[in-house]
Amino acid sequence: MNQTQVKKNNFKLSDFVTKWGTIVTIFVLLIVFTFGNWSDTTGGSMFLTTGNMITILRSISITAIIAIGLTFALSVDGMDLSIGACANFADTLIMTMFVWYNLSIGVSILITVLACLTIAVVNSILIVKLKIPDMVAALSVMFMFQGVALTYSNGGAITERMMRPDGSQAPGLVSNTFRALGSEPWLIVIMLCVVAFAHFFLSYTKHGRYMYAVGGNPEAAKLSGISVAKYKILAYFLSTIFASLGGICLAARVGTAQVSAGDAYLMPSVAAAYIGFSVLGAGKANALGTLIGAILVGLLENGLIMMAVPYYAMNIVKGAVLAIALAMTYASKKK
Amino acid sequence: MNKLKLEMKNIAIEFPGVKALDGVDFGLTSGTIHALVGANGAGKSTLMKVLAGANTHYTGQIYLDGAPVEIRSPKDAKNLGIEIVYQEVDTALIPYLSVAENVMFNTLVNRMGKKQIVNWNEMRKSAKEVLKKLNVDVNVNTLASELTLAQKQMILIARCVVEKCKFLILDEPTAPLSNSETQELFRVVRELAKEDVGIVFISHRLNELYEICELITIMRDGKLVDSMPLTRELEANTIVEYMLGHKFEEVYEKHPCKIGAPLLEIEGLTEKEGKVKNINMYVCEGEIVGVAGLVGAGKTELCKTLFANYQYSGSMKMKGKELKNRNPHQAVKNGFALVPEERRKEGILVTDPVYANISVAAMKKYTNGLAVVNKKQEKEDARRMIKELGIKTPSENQTVALLSGGNQQKVVVGKWLNSEAEVYIYDEPTKGIDVGAKRDMYELIERLAAAGKGAIYATCEFTEILSICNRVYVMYDGEIVKELNVADTNEKELLYYSTGGK
Repeated sequence: MNQTQVKKNNFKLSDFVTKWGTIVTIFVLLIVFTFGNWSDTTGGSMFLTTGNMITILRSISITAIIAIGLTFALSVDGMDLSIGACANFADTLIMTMFVWYNLSIGVSILITVLACLTIAVVNSILIVKLKIPDMVAALSVMFMFQGVALTYSNGGAITERMMRPDGSQAPGLVSNTFRALGSEPWLIVIMLCVVAFAHFFLSYTKHGRYMYAVGGNPEAAKLSGISVAKYKILAYFLSTIFASLGGICLAARVGTAQVSAGDAYLMPSVAAAYIGFSVLGAGKANALGTLIGAILVGLLENGLIMMAVPYYAMNIVKGAVLAIALAMTYASKKK
Repeated sequence: MNKLKLEMKNIAIEFPGVKALDGVDFGLTSGTIHALVGANGAGKSTLMKVLAGANTHYTGQIYLDGAPVEIRSPKDAKNLGIEIVYQEVDTALIPYLSVAENVMFNTLVNRMGKKQIVNWNEMRKSAKEVLKKLNVDVNVNTLASELTLAQKQMILIARCVVEKCKFLILDEPTAPLSNSETQELFRVVRELAKEDVGIVFISHRLNELYEICELITIMRDGKLVDSMPLTRELEANTIVEYMLGHKFEEVYEKHPCKIGAPLLEIEGLTEKEGKVKNINMYVCEGEIVGVAGLVGAGKTELCKTLFANYQYSGSMKMKGKELKNRNPHQAVKNGFALVPEERRKEGILVTDPVYANISVAAMKKYTNGLAVVNKKQEKEDARRMIKELGIKTPSENQTVALLSGGNQQKVVVGKWLNSEAEVYIYDEPTKGIDVGAKRDMYELIERLAAAGKGAIYATCEFTEILSICNRVYVMYDGEIVKELNVADTNEKELLYYSTGGK
């Protein structure tokens, strides 16, 4: 009898870890970084300053927006590895709209998102119509559009007053209005809107319900009269839309489009979305969880940089965080 | 030649809650072909799995040539020279590997010893030899995935022959085969018998057994009925009678019902790959129409074709109006509802709560113009449905996975009640649910019929058809072979037509 009681307690502990582990980790990290970056000269923490908190929120924002895209793909039990390449493509595109073609903000954003939707079309054809496993299909799309972005930008960065291949100077400038989108408070507002929309869509509309049904049991969903293919395609389209939005925000924040700048967001976004699975015991991809995942990843990145961990060692930590998140997700799924 | 004799004495086996085998004796002599028949659930496969070492917790004794032997693992069985070819050939073949590797698979796995390197030439040569002996014309370099079903079966038989087996069990080998393929299989089986292999042949098709088997053993409800020589004097009718016996099952009294105008009319329905062929049937308002047939007769395929889960040709009329379902989505819109056989896989969203399962086919009812779900209404309706159907659950928020089978099934029906369907298709609705829940299901199905809905009830349990249906179509080999009035028929007749009788 004693034994059964012990078992019960263990079970509850593991439950608690999967449910609250992420949030507890965030608080532990906050404390560790606060005291780990204590400065005797100022008599306070260099980590816990308003300026640094805003820096963290800004870097979280872009990761979160892109990760929300992935959250839609994950909700139908899909996987979209092309989000990084998509953000990158959008980053490059929108800069050329301003710098090369001198277009207005609204038109530029519209054209960029529409152009990025070709990625969703290709993904849908490969994954839904041709039934290629999502992981490899999106991987090939990722390579394809990394190449497309590089080719389009002639393999270089896009900056104001850059030299065109024909020797002329690029005519356009990046407006201050657009740059404002990439700094506080607007970037953070955009991120919160995106998370709120995704949460509303997935939790309160029938489309969200259907997407979870498709992800949970495609056969039962189909035999309940849900168009499985339609909702999978919708998921990949939403994934691409938010990834490109993330790319646009990245451009607004940096003011230039560096080569492969968006690709770097793939790993943190995947980690954020997977960490989100287990937050508060949701057990499935969800918008609020993804936000919390992004906070965790962003916090970790910032704190480690401040603690003088070299940038080239960061991937070790990021990879490990993803591995732990995956372990938690799949361990709770097995139950 | 010295005949080997394999004997099973007083074999019993119990699964949680059921006595699957109860004191069964069975004997098999090398060089003979022995038929094993029985209705679904009679225990044929269970008995043969004991021989093959797949059911290890049996009681009783097995003798080989008079000496007691233990079969507690597939390896034990193989060591005694007993091999089995299961009906699902794909589970035993490795599609990525060539015919040669598949034929020589046991050698590859168990007889390599310390050798690390595969001798391809030798393997191909041995495989070729065996296939030649069986007169099977397949290139040994072909991938297993490219073979036809009949060829795959031959490969598995060849695998057993390589092992120089003394006893070979074929579990419903002819079910998926065409006539000519069946003849080819018979030739191989006879050939093997000549080489002194003892063969057990499980089949539902009584007619073909006369052609090939010398002995027949009949089982019913986990018990042995009789073993006897199979000759033309022994009529198929008599065998059917032996198979049925008297089942002691609670009798369900059908309530009188009023049958209205034709609701659904089907003409020339044929599935694209021929899983069901040329189906003509109709269902009236308030009528429960049975689809009887043995496992593999095409009942599930018919249900899923009606629900447009498979592509089909042919015409469908609902209330006299022509309609075409391109996919299940349209089928639902057109008033069809399917309670599928594989409940956990196809019927319910296992990880979702009860209320989400009940509303999933009728989300339109709960959403406004912006597609926002009215959860309050949704849960309220779910509570009403739970009460109405007597679903035993602590609340509407309970995850369906935690409900019992019978209650899960009620949730599936509740889903369709909510969607206001016209024609309900039930595929083995009482499979794996207890007696009390079964009764509830019957009552529910009747109540729906009384409300003017049409019902199609597919099952291999003939007693169920007789107790709840008005009319019945009997299926055999993907076709409807007979239409009967339930009032004028009996189990014997149903089984007779289901086994291919004419």
